[in-house]
Amino acid sequence: MEKFNVLTTTCVPLNVESVDTDQIIPARFLKTTNRAGFGANLFRDWRYNADGSPVLSFVLNNKAYGGQALVAGKNFGCGSSREHAAWAIADYGFRVVISPLFADIFKGNALNNGVLPLQVSEAFVEAIFAEVAKNPDTTITVDLPAQKVAINTTGQNERFDINSYKKHCFINGYDDIDYLLSIKEKIEAYERIVNVGRKIM
Amino acid sequence: MKQTLFDKIWERHVVEPVAKGLDVLYIDRQLIHEVTSPQAFEAMRRRGVNVFRPQQVTATPDHNTPTLNQHLPIGEEASRKALEALRQNCSDNGIAIFDLNTEYNGVVHIVGPELGLTQPGMTIVCGDSHTATHGAFGCVAFGIGTSEVEMALATQCLLQSKPKQMRITVEGKLQRGVSAKDAILYLIAQLTTSGGTGCFVEYAGEAFRSMSMEERMTVCNMSIEMGARGGLIAPDETAFRYVKGRMYAPQGAEWDEKLSRWKSLFTDSDASFDKEYAFDAKDIKPYVTYGTNPGMGMGIDEAIPPDEPNVKALEYMGFKAGEKLLGKPVSYVFIGSCTNGRIEDFRAAAQIIKGRKKAANVFAYLVPGSKSVERQAREEGLAEIFEEAGFTFRQPGCSACLAMNDDKVPAGEYCASTSNRNFEGRQGAGARTLLVSPLTAAAAAVTGRITDPRELM
Repeated sequence: MEKFNVLTTTCVPLNVESVDTDQIIPARFLKTTNRAGFGANLFRDWRYNADGSPVLSFVLNNKAYGGQALVAGKNFGCGSSREHAAWAIADYGFRVVISPLFADIFKGNALNNGVLPLQVSEAFVEAIFAEVAKNPDTTITVDLPAQKVAINTTGQNERFDINSYKKHCFINGYDDIDYLLSIKEKIEAYERIVNVGRKIM
Repeated sequence: MKQTLFDKIWERHVVEPVAKGLDVLYIDRQLIHEVTSPQAFEAMRRRGVNVFRPQQVTATPDHNTPTLNQHLPIGEEASRKALEALRQNCSDNGIAIFDLNTEYNGVVHIVGPELGLTQPGMTIVCGDSHTATHGAFGCVAFGIGTSEVEMALATQCLLQSKPKQMRITVEGKLQRGVSAKDAILYLIAQLTTSGGTGCFVEYAGEAFRSMSMEERMTVCNMSIEMGARGGLIAPDETAFRYVKGRMYAPQGAEWDEKLSRWKSLFTDSDASFDKEYAFDAKDIKPYVTYGTNPGMGMGIDEAIPPDEPNVKALEYMGFKAGEKLLGKPVSYVFIGSCTNGRIEDFRAAAQIIKGRKKAANVFAYLVPGSKSVERQAREEGLAEIFEEAGFTFRQPGCSACLAMNDDKVPAGEYCASTSNRNFEGRQGAGARTLLVSPLTAAAAAVTGRITDPRELM
């Protein structure tokens, strides 16, 4: 996983609530057996018309907006567990998604792919939307070690929560699986105990 | 210490705590399918890691499978390759697969319980959000992403934060013509699609206790649609009877031993929950959704709220605030999916369809959830009832629930669907989905309109 420390970036505002993973990456694009290239179909049916021409009103087609942070309404990533949604967001170039509330499975998938799901208050998300609407070149700074995000034009900032272990993984670029593989003996010991002492199933 | 059912199962599966609020959780059973597993196997090959406990993993292809002519090669190359990859990965790693064209193939969440893979007290994961289905047996079962599929394959464990706990109690019995599907759609509409986010839900009360296992699976299946990681119901005689004698169920002395352990799987009185909700079954009517998330639902005879704030959803659906949906024409009907593709769902549909004809304006996908359901529906004469009414009874798969195979709803068309999601484009780009129960879907199939199924019973 790519390391994450402090990031200053412009934002792509997607002021929609309950963005589901079927919108992030429609099911018909889930047939490939590798992880690459999903960014091309990120938000496919909001981004392109049926004939393949871009939907000009959609924010990803608006050249005024860009950057590594996607800012969205609450309940982002609800629905299907498809990790392809996180892959598409990462592949497109986002490193942070900011929302007042994330769906649980998406949040986990994002964390496993170097995309920081940054949960902040609704008021702070509204403030970002307002600043970016005024000036699309507005930058934000995400300081992971300090667990703070700031709007640089106004200085407004907010603290965000992240599990201490996950923070450590993000800063150092560690994957969960590395840890799990390193405790194989403990897992085997657990299996012996539950099988002998207290049947689990 | 008073414990909830969820606490009891979770604590028994903690290998070790890692950090505050983060545990290494042991997974008893993993189910895999062709869409969310290939990248996990690929990553393991790259790391040079083997499947740790292949006997605790079971595969069935379902998302891409055709529902007609399954004996023929799959026409679409990408789908064919996805199935081939699953087959190869299973054979390379010694994983049991219930493949297409074999006796027990079907939708993963239908096959697991049918074969007795799902047993009370287990932790079960699958790269599919509807893994919550297995909670009907008193399991901690939840959907995971592909990175986690890899972790579970490689170590039989996941790093998980323990969710908050919610209890939803529904007292009383569901009324005639009101099904488990209506109950869960009602609950999601009350709690919204994010009402359960961060939580695991226990469903309690007479309404759930008096349900069959098939009905309980329908309820738990849609827990994710209220944002919950999963939902579960304390296992009882109904659950134990369902499991007994199935292919993977324990037998003999092992059965007795496990049964006595399963009987301790309930929430202690006075155990506390982070959130509690209580509802009365008599308030639940046949339900229908009118928007583009499963929380936008209403009683079938009601009108869309005049002040509905989600204008984008109404525009997509072609509906106006304040209007009723009763009598609205639908041109597609889908009966099936991991939500409503079980034998009882087809019995319910047959109850409405028997002696009637398919409406001329309707194209219907009637898709059993598994080969076992298909066989049983034929044995019970249900398939014959459907075929006499002018329907085709198909072969099993996820089908039009997410339209990864050929079973799609065209842009702009309305579909009365027993599946679980009415998101934009879910059943095909531009398709308009109305989530309903099997009774209501069957009523739409014979009338060609949104119809209160109680009028046809």
